[in-house]
Amino acid sequence: MTAAMPSVVIVDDHDLFRAGVRTELNGRVEVRADAGSVEAAETAILAAEPDVVLLDVHMPGGGGIEVIRRVLARRPAQRFLALSVSDAPEDVIAVIRAGARGYVTKTISGEDLADAVSRVHDGDAVFSPRLAGFVLDAFAGELAPAEVDPELDQLTAREREVLQLIARGYLYKEIALELGIAAKTVEAHVSAVLRKLQLSTRHQLSRWAVERRLVE
Amino acid sequence: MPSMAAPAYRSLWRDPQHGLVAGVCAGLAERLGVDPLLLRVVFVAATAAGGVGIVAYGILWLLLPAAGDDPAPLRGLRRHAPGSWRTAAGVALLTLSALLVLRQLGLWFSDAIVWPVVLAAAGVALAWRLSGPPADEAIAESGAVDTGVPAATERRRALRGAYRGGFGIALIVGAALLFLYANGLLAGLGDLALTVLVVVAAVGLILAPFWWRLVRRLTAERAARIRSQERTEVSAHLHDSVLQTLALVQRQAGDPRAVSALARRQERELRIWLQDRDAPGADESLAGALSAAAEEVEAVHGVGVDVVTVGDAPLDDPVRALVAAAREALVNAAKFAGDAGPVSLYAEADNERLQVFVRDRGPGFDPDAAPADRRGVRESIIGRMDRHGGRAAIRAAPGRGTEVELTLERPR
Repeated sequence: MTAAMPSVVIVDDHDLFRAGVRTELNGRVEVRADAGSVEAAETAILAAEPDVVLLDVHMPGGGGIEVIRRVLARRPAQRFLALSVSDAPEDVIAVIRAGARGYVTKTISGEDLADAVSRVHDGDAVFSPRLAGFVLDAFAGELAPAEVDPELDQLTAREREVLQLIARGYLYKEIALELGIAAKTVEAHVSAVLRKLQLSTRHQLSRWAVERRLVE
Repeated sequence: MPSMAAPAYRSLWRDPQHGLVAGVCAGLAERLGVDPLLLRVVFVAATAAGGVGIVAYGILWLLLPAAGDDPAPLRGLRRHAPGSWRTAAGVALLTLSALLVLRQLGLWFSDAIVWPVVLAAAGVALAWRLSGPPADEAIAESGAVDTGVPAATERRRALRGAYRGGFGIALIVGAALLFLYANGLLAGLGDLALTVLVVVAAVGLILAPFWWRLVRRLTAERAARIRSQERTEVSAHLHDSVLQTLALVQRQAGDPRAVSALARRQERELRIWLQDRDAPGADESLAGALSAAAEEVEAVHGVGVDVVTVGDAPLDDPVRALVAAAREALVNAAKFAGDAGPVSLYAEADNERLQVFVRDRGPGFDPDAAPADRRGVRESIIGRMDRHGGRAAIRAAPGRGTEVELTLERPR
């Protein structure tokens, strides 16, 4: 199992929190480095080449979004999992649209965090119940047919069902059981939603993103 | 016949229906029993002789009532209609006639005053309406006592009055300018205006830096005041909430569940305070009421509740029942599954229905073999939803937790 352990770099400007996460992940995930600023993070990630970057959203100097921007320019395949105390929709949506493949809050248990890291490592998306709620909210409401790109601007009925179950507190395997589909299919639906979340130009999503940019 | 319509006491009248201009000649001819054409020739001839014809015609038009019920323009003016366009025109004509008569009589200063005076007279007639009592005018205008004038009519009338008044003032000002211009006084006025402008600009240039500094200082002071107010507010809030909670945490350090509950409650409160100060209150909407219920259950039972809401709905009786049932389900989950981690509360509101899901990760149970107290709670949830036209479903299986689903259809 050790060989399959995903590697991470922890980026957070709170020393205590970095130390705490390191301890919690010990034995489940290989922590290659940690960093407390945007510049240090860029250097550390490019040097350590981890499978996944655990990224704080709020940091001086541009925050997690700036780290994603800089690293993706040099290492386009890098995967990020956002980790934050904030769950304001503008923060969550902005970091996802910048390129993070998931979002969890800092109150998550070590076990769940390790699970989320390996899922991001496998190329899947990680949605917390709250993020699922935001997405349902953002994609709610009818659009005029002319301005809809059905590929990006609308959720399918199945995706909606999956998101609702996530919001209700179901784990992926429980969702698979509930809907009578394979766990891999659930993951495919969530990844499709993530893609729409990142690429759709729906007003609600861009509004949140814009608000976030203005705050900085 | 118009003469039949004219009351007996009126010895003279106009006959606008048969007249060419205002019916003066036609009316007079009718009264005198001659051909109107004859009188018209007389008036035109008199006009050629120094304008007397026009003056006489104008005066007669103002004084004579028309055949029928129309009062004479002058009577109308005296009685109630100062300010109408017709009156203004009448006053202007009257003034013109008076001036022409004066000129004829040799009491004359200059031709230059004719148009200014005429314009000014018309303007005065329009403008003076403003000072008159509008209610009386309204009554007089409608010719009857009208007590129930609608507000819209009232407003329209006021607007029309202001418009006319403004036009009247413009006429008077125009007349004054015209007079000045005609007497070559306007050039001097231009010099004066230029002088004033230059002086004002110079004073402005001198005072501008002082004024600018003053504005800057006032702005800075205001910003500082706002900052210090916000600081006071933040520190007051932190004292009441965070420091209070930290003190409680230290005193209950031996009870992990209590500490965790305190931390969760404080976190939720701080979050709301930080990001969403206008979050809907507990008595305003479904989302507000649900998070209030969740908070209460967290506080009482020391179990975390994760609340996710999509959409919202105003509170009415069925929605209140939905919230009460959801609260019941939360209490139930906290009591029987509180050790198995936080309870999930998910609510979704769209145009067709409201749905609430309460899920715990407890041991679950066989609904058919449920203990009596759980069944009681179950019935209070299901019964309550039934009474308000909704429905409730409880899904539980040993080892898979329990989920309560509450649905309320919303007729569109």
